[in-house]
Amino acid sequence: MAAPDGRRVRPYLATRGRTRPVQDIAIEALVSTTKNGRTNGSDPEPERERILRLCHSPRSVAEVAAIVSMPLGVARVLVADLETEGLVRVADPHAAFAGSEEPARNLSVLERVRDGLRRL
Amino acid sequence: MAFVDSEVSGGTQADQDALSVKIVVAGGFGVGKTTFVGAVSEIEPLRTEALMTEASTSVDDLSMLPEKRTTTVAMDFGRITLADDLVLYLFGTPGQNRFWFMWDDITRGAIGAVVLVDTRRLADCFGAIDYVEQRGIPFVVALNAFNGVQEHDVEDVRDALQVGPEVPFVVTDARERESVKVVLVTLVEHAMSLIQQT
Ligand SMILES: Nc1nc2c(ncn2[C@@H]2O[C@H](COP(=O)(O)OP(=O)(O)O)[C@@H](O)[C@H]2O)c(=O)[nH]1
Ligand SMILES: [Mg+2]
Repeated sequence: MAAPDGRRVRPYLATRGRTRPVQDIAIEALVSTTKNGRTNGSDPEPERERILRLCHSPRSVAEVAAIVSMPLGVARVLVADLETEGLVRVADPHAAFAGSEEPARNLSVLERVRDGLRRL
Repeated sequence: MAFVDSEVSGGTQADQDALSVKIVVAGGFGVGKTTFVGAVSEIEPLRTEALMTEASTSVDDLSMLPEKRTTTVAMDFGRITLADDLVLYLFGTPGQNRFWFMWDDITRGAIGAVVLVDTRRLADCFGAIDYVEQRGIPFVVALNAFNGVQEHDVEDVRDALQVGPEVPFVVTDARERESVKVVLVTLVEHAMSLIQQT
């Protein structure tokens, strides 16, 4: 989607095609750049480009905000846009457990966390 | 939409995304939250800010129109990779009345909370304890031993905070990795026992 001058029009992307409200993306949700995001060429918007590079290894939305130096709310919007465009994937722990209990209330997840902490 | 490709999940990505979980570290200013997070984090604690527009009605405002102020709330956080497919985030955040709106966001889906307490300034943690109790978020109270907390002080603190006997209390030194690990394991085990009871 492009404006007549060729620039992407974020406000439209921000409201179209999203599967969920931006606020629903957990701050710990892991963002990773997809194959398309890696091969798409550099993004004209510097913040988006930084996110795409950063998330070659998965980072939480909170890390994206901190490292790219933007408020959490702005990071969520950009991440949601990139997700809509297929350039990043967002692994939301709550969505992953939709229909069953949340990971934080799942005994085997908690056991793994406990054992992982003990091993540190 | 030329740049939307259906092959979103293809390519070099791992088949399965890692799972991320979080623990909240709460307490008053200067109680040692950032120190606590930094003691176990594999990265230097990062800081992120939420820009918030607060609506408030000032009594001095004769027009009684709500005025809008923009404030930022900072939180410091760290990351611990527990396994290839499991990452734990620790979010340290001030427990203060005007920040509760942010807490809903931070605590949603959390394993639980560590409420850090400086026994010289007990009242600083009241708000955080009220919050987690009201929402049924599993929590432990960690007394940060700035001046060396004696074991026999612990029950006095429990009384003063009016926290029930089921809530674990631990004495910690937020600067010590091993000590912080004990607090976190205590919280996770407490969260497990709450599930097993129901
Ligand atoms: N003696 C002592 N000092 C501590 C301890 N934890 C934190 N501090 C110090 O207390 C100050 C405030 O700690 P900080 O982690 O920034 O508190 P925060 O505002 O809750 O994030 C820093 O100067 C820390 O070095 C502790 O367990 N013992
Ligand atoms: Mg701090």
